[in-house]
Amino acid sequence: MIEAVGLHKSFGDTHALAGLDFDVAEGKILGMLGPNGAGKTTAVRVLTTLTRPDSGSATVAGIDVLRHPDRVRSQIGVAGQYAALDELLTGRENLGMIGRLYRLDAATARRRADELLERFELNDAADRTVKTYSGGMRRRLDLGAALMAQPPVVFLDEPTTGLDPKGRLAMWDLIGGLARGGTTVLMTTQYLEEADRLADDIVVIDRGRAIARGTALELKQQVAGERLEITISDSEYLGAAARVLEALGEGHAHVDTETRHASIAVSSHDGVLTRAIRELDAAGVNVDDIGFRRPTLDEVFLALTGRPAEEAESLEEVKA
Amino acid sequence: MRSFGGWLHDSWEMVLRNLIHIKRTPELLLDVTLSPIMFVLLFNFVFGGAIGGIVGAQGGEEQDYINYMMAGIFVQTIAFAGIYTSVLLANDLQKGMIDRFRSLPMSQSAVLTGRTLTDLLRAMLAIAIMWIVGMLVGFRPEGGIAGNAAAIGLMLLFGFALSWVGVAAGALVRTPEALQGIIFAVVFPLTFVSSAFVPTGSMPDWLAWFADRQPMTLVMNEVRDLTLGIDIYSAELSATLWCVGILAVAFPLGLWLYNRRTTQ
Repeated sequence: MIEAVGLHKSFGDTHALAGLDFDVAEGKILGMLGPNGAGKTTAVRVLTTLTRPDSGSATVAGIDVLRHPDRVRSQIGVAGQYAALDELLTGRENLGMIGRLYRLDAATARRRADELLERFELNDAADRTVKTYSGGMRRRLDLGAALMAQPPVVFLDEPTTGLDPKGRLAMWDLIGGLARGGTTVLMTTQYLEEADRLADDIVVIDRGRAIARGTALELKQQVAGERLEITISDSEYLGAAARVLEALGEGHAHVDTETRHASIAVSSHDGVLTRAIRELDAAGVNVDDIGFRRPTLDEVFLALTGRPAEEAESLEEVKA
Repeated sequence: MRSFGGWLHDSWEMVLRNLIHIKRTPELLLDVTLSPIMFVLLFNFVFGGAIGGIVGAQGGEEQDYINYMMAGIFVQTIAFAGIYTSVLLANDLQKGMIDRFRSLPMSQSAVLTGRTLTDLLRAMLAIAIMWIVGMLVGFRPEGGIAGNAAAIGLMLLFGFALSWVGVAAGALVRTPEALQGIIFAVVFPLTFVSSAFVPTGSMPDWLAWFADRQPMTLVMNEVRDLTLGIDIYSAELSATLWCVGILAVAFPLGLWLYNRRTTQ
């Protein structure tokens, strides 16, 4: 449904895209993961006809993005990181205008706007100007705008960046619902958790290139994987705790006397937690905190590129 | 979808959007309501007594100052209102709304025609208000229906052409604040180095040479002829040609600059 081949785009000396390839199958959600400046937004802009690449090609819904941008535009909906709404129009007016610009007739646009306002829980605010909306409401309305013409392909550029946890959960529900309805979604994010939760497939990009592709599980296995992490009350017992952990997990335990942390790589959850607590207790270790920790974006990056995401980000900034 | 009907439909959508903006922030109309009223009253009552006599002596035909200066105030107000398009467009370009429009299957130039057509409506409002206020304080447009209609038509054409100059400027200059400065530094002197408030004959030769040839003077002189039903300046052809010429350059230039700016 979406296909990008060898996309290049430079802004001065900065190579935002340096040969990006990827594709998304119909009805699937692809999560595009990467730090700031990795090229995610530029990739979305190229596919949504907003930016012309220097070279490479792309198709959306089988239509060539470079040759027929007009035809692509009638097949896509876009919701961005910076909600593109008219602040002085009400929620209802925004949706109505966008619907009519998609060339829906006035009655259809009105009906569709009502439907979306209802579904996105914006009914009470529908006749207030967008200026008065909270961040979460803007994002929901922005997504509504993207869905006005029921496009088969939807692009979401960091749909939850800057939202509070409640707003994030609400967006996740809405995005999940899209794919269940058969819509193809390309979603960029900085959060592994988000991609993990929503995406069928994840492509990790760095410096304008795809550096890894797979399901969340595959990527995690490629990365160090999950760890069982404990904090104990007395650092003298760290040695004993490490021996217990090594019997439960794989490889060597990682120990930090300063923070009284110990951790170990684990391959499954089955009974690990209960056994750990029981055995640590038997060994006389007093546990303050215990839990599984999933790899973060930092760790994915560290594993895939050999440098942390933060560093990748600042490198990009220096280049820009 | 690039049909003429589609373009018209989308332009109308954009006009509606701009009208809602005006409804929600009526301050957007101050430059075409309050300021022209102030100008008419200020120039008539503050300067009218002092410079009115001089104008009468140099203009040949004896006229009340209000009849002389109305053409100047009409054209000055319309010039500012037209060029102000640039600020509104730059505002839109700074926010995400233009990206939204660009991702829609709409006519892309409709964003600009919607903008300039709204300005045409603003110019009509400005002319109507100035006309009424002017007549209340002594303006006597005796050019007949045809003459006055032609004067209004010429002013609207001039305003529309300057709106497209505003589109080009708005697409070129990065921030609305910078544009305000440029407008003040360029348009303001141009409106004064003209026949707006005094005949150019009273200026030093070099300045008069420029003032007599710049388009604002030509449009003002022609508006003056047409509204007063006199034929002193005979500027009809050159004034119209200037307007058409400005439009012929600014229209494609505005479209091109806008496309270049938004496809980055």
